Amino acid sequence: MTKNNDSLWMSGNEAIAFAAYEAGVKVASGYPGTPSTEILENLSKYDGVYTEWAPNEKVGLEVCIGASFAGVRTLATMKHVGVNVAADPLFTASYTGGRGGLVVISADDPEMHSSQNEQDNRNYAFAAKLPMLEPSDPLEAKELLKKAFDLSEEMDTPVLFRITTRIAHVKGVVSKGEMKSSSATCGIEKMPAKFVMLPGNARMRRGVVEKRMEKLREIAETDTFNVVEKGDTKCGFITSGVSYLYVKEAFPDAAVLKLGMCWPLPENKIKKFAASVDELYVVEELDPFLEHHIKAMGVVCHGKDCIPAQGELNTSIVRTSIDPNSAPDLFAPAELPMRPPNMCAGCPHRGVFYNLSRKKDIFVSGDIGCYTLGFLPPLSAMDSCVCMGASVTIAHGMAKALGEKGKGKIVSVIGDSTFIHSGINGLINSVYNESNSLLIILDNRTTAMTGQQNNPASGCNIKGEAANALNLEKLCKVIGVKHVEVVNPHNIEECKSAINKGLELDEMSVVISRAPCVLLPEMKKAEHIPYLTTIENCSGCTACIKLGCPAISWTPLTPEEAEAKGYKKKQKGYAVINGVQCNGCGQCAVLCKFEAINRKGE
Amino acid sequence: MATTGNILFSGVGGQGILLASEVTAYALLSAGYDAKKSEVHGMAQRGGSVTAQLRYGKKVYSPLIEPGKADILISFELMETARYLPYLHSESRVIVNTQQIKPPAVANGQLAYPVNALDAIRDQKIDVVTVDAFDIAREAGEVKAANIVMVGAMSTFLPMDVSVYEEIINTRIPERFRAVNLKAFAAGRKITG
Repeated sequence: MTKNNDSLWMSGNEAIAFAAYEAGVKVASGYPGTPSTEILENLSKYDGVYTEWAPNEKVGLEVCIGASFAGVRTLATMKHVGVNVAADPLFTASYTGGRGGLVVISADDPEMHSSQNEQDNRNYAFAAKLPMLEPSDPLEAKELLKKAFDLSEEMDTPVLFRITTRIAHVKGVVSKGEMKSSSATCGIEKMPAKFVMLPGNARMRRGVVEKRMEKLREIAETDTFNVVEKGDTKCGFITSGVSYLYVKEAFPDAAVLKLGMCWPLPENKIKKFAASVDELYVVEELDPFLEHHIKAMGVVCHGKDCIPAQGELNTSIVRTSIDPNSAPDLFAPAELPMRPPNMCAGCPHRGVFYNLSRKKDIFVSGDIGCYTLGFLPPLSAMDSCVCMGASVTIAHGMAKALGEKGKGKIVSVIGDSTFIHSGINGLINSVYNESNSLLIILDNRTTAMTGQQNNPASGCNIKGEAANALNLEKLCKVIGVKHVEVVNPHNIEECKSAINKGLELDEMSVVISRAPCVLLPEMKKAEHIPYLTTIENCSGCTACIKLGCPAISWTPLTPEEAEAKGYKKKQKGYAVINGVQCNGCGQCAVLCKFEAINRKGE
Repeated sequence: MATTGNILFSGVGGQGILLASEVTAYALLSAGYDAKKSEVHGMAQRGGSVTAQLRYGKKVYSPLIEPGKADILISFELMETARYLPYLHSESRVIVNTQQIKPPAVANGQLAYPVNALDAIRDQKIDVVTVDAFDIAREAGEVKAANIVMVGAMSTFLPMDVSVYEEIINTRIPERFRAVNLKAFAAGRKITG
């Protein structure tokens, strides 16, 4: 990715991986999640760094805490909601500190481009009593991450490092830097008073945490993390993260206090800056985090009284929020059909959701992954989706609440990676507490939504090297599920009868729907013999259209057009398969009762 | 060099928009500009509407193009062009691949494909160049090179020489696709050149 010898063109995530390598990180762990995924993917390509995909973020962070205890620099990566999963170890690692530098990346997703909520994880810094650094762009991300490791070791604290989608997935010019290493020595060093958080020790460490926060506040005052950029003092801005860039474009001449460390805050610096400007604006995405703490200092400022607290900001929003007269005249948007994402042509999940969509009186408790798209029409076969692993547990809760009324009507669906992430505990609970719902594990052999990362059931590790493949059917059996059936979801009939059988049983049952994701490299390379339509045989019944496959489209006909084509006058149209898009899964061919869909050459 | 330019790439997930925006970004960097590019990953890539936003100039802060400030809109799918009308200004240049990809509501027959989708732009007196990139790419020998046909067609709107793009294709694209992409670029450039 070299532009010239020293300048590189990198995304924020690539820059963070590069910085972690230069910072001397030796162990890195995480769970894929947009917008964080590419950090570990890229870091796994550097020599001398051990990287792994963990089954979930709690596991990943604990692995990193262990690496820190062993005296090496370590990086945990996760998306914002992943920090919720890792919150348990995070809050206590704040007490223990470590030995080698420990940095935890929180990749937040304002606007929810690919997330179920837009929580503002700066609140975690306050709650866990941890310093948080926040870069504005890839170049700064690279420099700041290296400083984060120094800070972690100097202050004996995990450091939270918050990025957002517009840093993670923005490309910019960055430069190479020096290789660094940990100030700690790798080895076993017993420090029970610091590492064993029994109440007696924890109370001692609680005091240490407070002293550490005091020192961090001093650092916030003096370090280059937080910089005043001189300018017009009529209107001054305090800002951090990507919001800083919008302020610079919207008000290029204004005085700015840019906070590279958004927790703890430099109270004196903030007060001094506030006193130097006529009117103070705090510009931040999502929560009024800085604003509340600045107001608590007794400083008068504008914030969420004019800047939106929902969704992403941009230059235009920042400018017009503060100066409503600057709103430009824009061309009105054209009215167009929406183009939401869809499951791919040949996606194995479609076979399951098609069958579920045919059952109108069931409740489908969904989960997080590509298959959440089963919610969209024409399948419309998902009735809830809350968080990772919540499918099987919500189904259990509903089944218990409904009693007889819910018998044979509650289905949960979960992907292979999500099941391993946090569905297993739920299944244990469902068996232990005698649920009578059906769990369908959508096993497409990969973590698909985030871009085909391997997981503990894939048989490969992060580098693509052979690894143990978790046997999902044996696992379910061991948990205590008596009825476990594996089906090929492309076989619509087989899939249907397995679902029916599972629902009929008055006990917790599992169907494993197994077929590889069409986006896996080996599936992309494989030869696909497409199915094609014999248009003259099409009766316009729309059975195939109900699959919602992007390779199948409907051409409407007027009665005259229908007659001209040799159809019955009342035929409303006909279906056509796009042979370029078709992956040859064959789900539609079974549904066609008029011999209008056949495999090419057959 | 003091000028700042904003290029909005639009289309449907899977059309090679990221590569097209990458080649353009490298060309701008070679010419000495600072640049930032914002991409869409994750959920949005499963056949949904996709954009890449590329900004260049002496110093670029924001990675996002403001509404009303896109100087070039390069659209890889016909109806996806008009979706970004609020990003355009009266001097914007619009270049469109005429390929049509039906969104779900059209594919299942609920709605009609808006075939006159470009009228909304032309009504604002904005010049629109249409390119049958799919067909040109097929003639060049690879339909997947339609994205580079589009980059070629846009290249005359930007100050860099052909050689800059050729060098990028020669150094950044895997060897077995280079010849076809060079051909695709040249064929695209001819349309606006």
